[in-house]
Amino acid sequence: MKVHLPNSAFLGNIDSFIRAFDPNDETQLDITSNPNWVSIHPMCSCIVGSLGLTVEDKSRIRVAPLIAKSRHYFKRIGLFKLIGIPSGFTVTEHDASGRFIPLSLIKKSDELPEFITEMVPLLHIEPEYAEPIRYVMSELIRNVLEHANSPFGALVCAQYYKDSHTIRLGVVDRGLGIKRTITVSHPASDDIAAIRLALTPGITGTTTRKMGGTELNAGAGLFFIKSIAKVNKDFFVIYSGNAMYKLLRDEKAKLNPDPFDDKHSKIANLPYWQGTAVGIDMSLKRHKKFEDLLDLIRDVYHKDVKDKRRFKKPKFI
Amino acid sequence: MKEINLFEKVGAFAENKDTARDIRLQEIIPNLDKGEDVILDFEKVESTTQSFIHALISDIIRKKGIDVLDKIKFKNCNDTIKKIINIVTDYMQDN
Repeated sequence: MKVHLPNSAFLGNIDSFIRAFDPNDETQLDITSNPNWVSIHPMCSCIVGSLGLTVEDKSRIRVAPLIAKSRHYFKRIGLFKLIGIPSGFTVTEHDASGRFIPLSLIKKSDELPEFITEMVPLLHIEPEYAEPIRYVMSELIRNVLEHANSPFGALVCAQYYKDSHTIRLGVVDRGLGIKRTITVSHPASDDIAAIRLALTPGITGTTTRKMGGTELNAGAGLFFIKSIAKVNKDFFVIYSGNAMYKLLRDEKAKLNPDPFDDKHSKIANLPYWQGTAVGIDMSLKRHKKFEDLLDLIRDVYHKDVKDKRRFKKPKFI
Repeated sequence: MKEINLFEKVGAFAENKDTARDIRLQEIIPNLDKGEDVILDFEKVESTTQSFIHALISDIIRKKGIDVLDKIKFKNCNDTIKKIINIVTDYMQDN
């Protein structure tokens, strides 16, 4: 396998980073990088880390000398430690508080509550911002742990960007991928069709039902996450198999059950990603109140219901 | 009347679906089966996920019917939690 760390790879311009990835021969990995400066989204860091974890013989991971001035970043987020190879350079370690969550592996469900509890103070964000961030993290990581059968669980990374006042998150696995999990219950001709289904509310690989799901899954998790990005006018990317769906920034806050009705781009002939990689930006400047977002989501579920009054209401005391 | 304190079991962010399932199977359903009403007390719970609420109550609604909501009361819910409960109970009736 080969991966190149470019000068810049964020969700808006991630396509070229992914196109340059060579998935062939999982027994070895070559990592090259821009010699001047490397600045990449946490989703990209998770992708590189995942590839390193995939190679069993660590002597077969070759990193071309990282000479970019920003190389310390990869040491501080724990890339070399994660994949078990020396960095070849030293940096002065700083307290990570207020800046990022290093590359972290979540292997089991019972590790998740502690991770989420520790994650929010690390990012030093106000409680009103913390709510959607921990929501997104919980749902994405639980998706991996429950459905992906990933050999190392979920690999997670996040960073706060002061200039844009944005939190960027990545959650990546090397599991079954969306097509294999969704087609257990719903037909999908290719990876992009499977991603479309996975983002549609009410569709889950665990049942053929269109609404209501099973006792543990409703097929709503990814739709909620896409909705959080949509109403806040943020990027959201999901890459699985040969396909990538990217939610683009849109001035219209209307939520659509069909992700293809949102302003988006999609590519269906990318290098094959075994598993699923998700990235999301969460602008704290454009942040919409989480409660207001929930009203919009509820409206989507009500869209086709002519008489909402027929619904029985829960009793709040 | 059985009152279940969720904060003691799930903390301030109620997201653990495994715990939700255990509460449903070990506490909510047995009490409903005995004819008792159940109060789910969310005091000190700051937020939750749709997945948690789904794992907590959806299968009860599916198996016992939507009128089971007359037997379950949601106590001390903030607006976020109320809205997520409403979403789950709505889509469970939209079959």
